Amino acid sequence: MTTHTHKDFLDQRHLPHIWCPGCGDGIVLRAYTMALAELGLAPKDVVTVTGIGCWGKSDDYVATHALHGTHGRALAYATGVKLGNPDLTVVTLMGDGDAVTIGGNHFIHAARRNIDLTAIVVNNYNYGMTGGQYSATTPLNSKTTTSPLGNAEPGFDICSLAETAGANFVARTTPYHIVSLKNLLKQAITKKGFSVVEVITPCPTYFGRYNINPSPVANMHWLKEKGVPVAKYQQMTEEEQAQHFVIGAFVNKDRPDFYTMYQQINSRNGTEREGER
Amino acid sequence: MIIKENVQIKIDERLCKRCGICSEFCPQNVFSVRNDGIPQVTAPENCTSCHLCDWRCPDFAITLEVIS
Repeated sequence: MTTHTHKDFLDQRHLPHIWCPGCGDGIVLRAYTMALAELGLAPKDVVTVTGIGCWGKSDDYVATHALHGTHGRALAYATGVKLGNPDLTVVTLMGDGDAVTIGGNHFIHAARRNIDLTAIVVNNYNYGMTGGQYSATTPLNSKTTTSPLGNAEPGFDICSLAETAGANFVARTTPYHIVSLKNLLKQAITKKGFSVVEVITPCPTYFGRYNINPSPVANMHWLKEKGVPVAKYQQMTEEEQAQHFVIGAFVNKDRPDFYTMYQQINSRNGTEREGER
Repeated sequence: MIIKENVQIKIDERLCKRCGICSEFCPQNVFSVRNDGIPQVTAPENCTSCHLCDWRCPDFAITLEVIS
């Protein structure tokens, strides 16, 4: 068997990429290509499905099969790809706008259906590509270009949403925690059923500039300080918890995935019909 | 390009966007930043080949290779 390195999954012809200095997207892409290589997959076995947004551009830089869909519908296209050829490893790369704002309904139903897809949700708390407008994950009181005095709406907790909707694997991490990011991606891609990895990503150009600091380095320090493991998070007071976010794997279960159930139920109906005759 | 025993760190100046993450988060302070913002390997003897600079570079500009 030929082994591949992460560079075999990266289409270097299109570099340098479009992302701003210090944007976490490049780090997540690096972790994604490393995870694929370490899992022993070949580029021809993987389909990367994206929507629209900064992170939606990532399909340009991967050397796997790629499908660039419409805004928020990456999971809908990915569902079709997976059911068309269940042998493929199908990974959707979505931003917070794609996954839970425009495509929120696709997201919860993919989790409910528990289809064997991996969703890598890069959450930078705003719509970076179109000018930094607030999205459904922008935290309460945060400043964005469309909420200059502070956001009046609370943001979604993507991991809780995925867990409640029925995903088999749910985890959260950051590009600062690069080793854990790579390992969680490997677990998520291997997991049968719907798996979600939320990556809290720095956006120094918009969210960072208004709420943290415009410096890429300061944004990485912010992730280092704010992302805390489950055990440490549980020991914190409520006020401290509100100032931090928890990282790690929260759900890891083996509910039968959609395709398995579909096959089982189809074969059952077949025999019942024969019995009736 | 710097060679320290069996570790080779290459910085592609065409890809580097001068964010400074590699030099800030290198646990061994192997890098220093040039006036124009491009990192330089100035203490290669400290490198433990942990790969964090390589993996955390958002622009695929750093390649750290351990030559066997």
